[in-house]
Amino acid sequence: MSAPLVSLQDLSVQFCGHRKASALNAVNIELGAGEVLGLLGESGSGKSVTLRTLLRLHPERTTKIQGKMQVDGQDVLALKGRALDLYRGGTVSMVFQEPGLAFDPVYTIGQQITEAIRAHEAVGEAAARAQALHMLERVQIPQARRRFDAYPHELSGGMRQRAMIALALACKPKLLLADEPTTALDATVQIQVLLLLRELQRETGMSVIFVTHDIGAAVEVADRIAVMYAGRIVEQAAVGDIVRAPRHPYTVGLLAATVGAEHRGQPLQAVPGAPPDLAALPPGCSFAPRCTHASERCRREVPPLTSLGNRAVACWHPVQPVAEAA
Amino acid sequence: MNSAPLPPSPVHDRGSPAQPLLVVRDLKKHFPVRGGPLERTKKFVHAVDGVSFSVPKGKTLGIVGESGCGKSTTARLIARLMQADSGSMVFDGEGVDEFGGIRLKEFRRNLQMVFQDSFASLNPRLTIAETIAYGPRVHGMPAAEAKRQAHDLLARVGLAPAQFASRYPHELSGGQRQRVNIARALAFDPRLVILDEAVAALDKSVQAQVLNLLQELKAERQLTYLFISHDLHVVHYISDYVMVMYLGQVVETGPVERIYGQAAHPYTRALLSAVPSMDPDRRTESSPLAGDPPNPINPPSGCRFRDRCPHAHPVCEARTPALIGIAGEPAHQAACHLNDPASGHPGALPETQA
Repeated sequence: MSAPLVSLQDLSVQFCGHRKASALNAVNIELGAGEVLGLLGESGSGKSVTLRTLLRLHPERTTKIQGKMQVDGQDVLALKGRALDLYRGGTVSMVFQEPGLAFDPVYTIGQQITEAIRAHEAVGEAAARAQALHMLERVQIPQARRRFDAYPHELSGGMRQRAMIALALACKPKLLLADEPTTALDATVQIQVLLLLRELQRETGMSVIFVTHDIGAAVEVADRIAVMYAGRIVEQAAVGDIVRAPRHPYTVGLLAATVGAEHRGQPLQAVPGAPPDLAALPPGCSFAPRCTHASERCRREVPPLTSLGNRAVACWHPVQPVAEAA
Repeated sequence: MNSAPLPPSPVHDRGSPAQPLLVVRDLKKHFPVRGGPLERTKKFVHAVDGVSFSVPKGKTLGIVGESGCGKSTTARLIARLMQADSGSMVFDGEGVDEFGGIRLKEFRRNLQMVFQDSFASLNPRLTIAETIAYGPRVHGMPAAEAKRQAHDLLARVGLAPAQFASRYPHELSGGQRQRVNIARALAFDPRLVILDEAVAALDKSVQAQVLNLLQELKAERQLTYLFISHDLHVVHYISDYVMVMYLGQVVETGPVERIYGQAAHPYTRALLSAVPSMDPDRRTESSPLAGDPPNPINPPSGCRFRDRCPHAHPVCEARTPALIGIAGEPAHQAACHLNDPASGHPGALPETQA
């Protein structure tokens, strides 16, 4: 394949407010065109920080970014002014978790999508409006013509998230960043939005980075999953390999902690302890204090992300795959 | 966990073991909606509309449903955090707040609640030991004893008292705070604990720890749980009985295996199949339900699910289906005309298949 659409090399992000926190530590991600990557992790693992860094949404004064970040051949960290404006929304666009907060409450949905289109493309008001309406129809909003003039608070949660997706896709981005887009939605609506995202991805051929803490949601949309822990990627592989034969102890624990019918009546295999404090990461592997396989070496040295067959694992003692459990 | 277990709490059983711990009858709560000055008719949100159920002793009843279906309002009505418009409750054979029944203050000691937002439900100005001791002190326990009990409870929920007792809520993580909330709920030796989305805000690995703790405490103290959640996996794991709510009404209730295995209501089936599959080779191909839950302000007449139901028929509009037992399995009840041969719905089966 030719050059990947997204390539992050040793990306580190440090927040230096009144308290220092290393949110990302040497993250490497490569994403080809048309690929869907699921970023899986708990709160504080750096999933959302990765997305926000890709859009350069962090306050510049208090954020230290190191490493390289290339999207579609552009060096994102060097972008300035108009080029950055065109990059945001034009090349890369984002769907947020809370559509109620991401929309401006004093403009209608239609006005906001129209405005976004006119900011990026040299089209007239009428053409932009027609395009915006078309977008609302594409995300399967019923009675799109009526909803075009609705304010965000007049829509239900599911409708708002669809409108958010319409807004994000209005300028035909090459990369869509989805930050827990279905977490705030009900189960029956969540599956509708997941199916919609999958369908739109197939139609447009865009790449998607889908951030979630719900393995089920990631399995529904992603081709490849990267598991994050304390600002590092600990395991990366195709969806099937992650779900069926995880190698990193944290992934194993995460899957075991996912409740299913078969666990009824027995205690769950919980990972002991809590995620580490990002302001004071342990010197070695950040999962070592919670890991049952941890050795001296784990506490001293950070394991690099090494490839192991068709996957990458950052662990000194990867779990041996069990013969397909019944 | 690093503590010696407390002696099991004395169970002050009033009724017989067969007497359900809590029986709720026809609970109703309608919230008035503030309309404009020109609006003549007053509107109401039908938050809880005629909910009846019972919780057997020592069991867990899971309540599931989408947001706005009245799960949390039901919990608040039971805990008397708000007054119901109508309906009655019987706690272990005694009417709650009725003449000759159990007094409200005593009822509240027997029932405790754990909320979703672990931070908002703790007083930021009290250390966690003070928070736990606060309730018993209000009920007349000497300060020294309340403090000792608080330390014991902290140890039981897995927070070493020497390390944690004097901390403030903002110094704890979400999982630890939820443990404090659980310890506080246990300070009264309650018999019924209402868990309102108690694990929803926690990370997966921490959630499993808290679920294990809840299971241990239930066995140790003969607790009865009312477990409210929108997470169908968790409800399946922890519940003995499940109640499915839709727009303020119970649509189906029964033992957990029946609900997850042979759901009788179309809504339950749709809700269960909306769970993302964990198998990348068998992804969900079509969405089981279209649209959002309708507005609870003006719920549709007849069956409230009919405008999203694939089996809707004119009879569903004309008559409200009653919650009736499934043939051969009286504990499993569903409110759907399809399960009632006498309803006149053309799809209704004369006899449910086994």
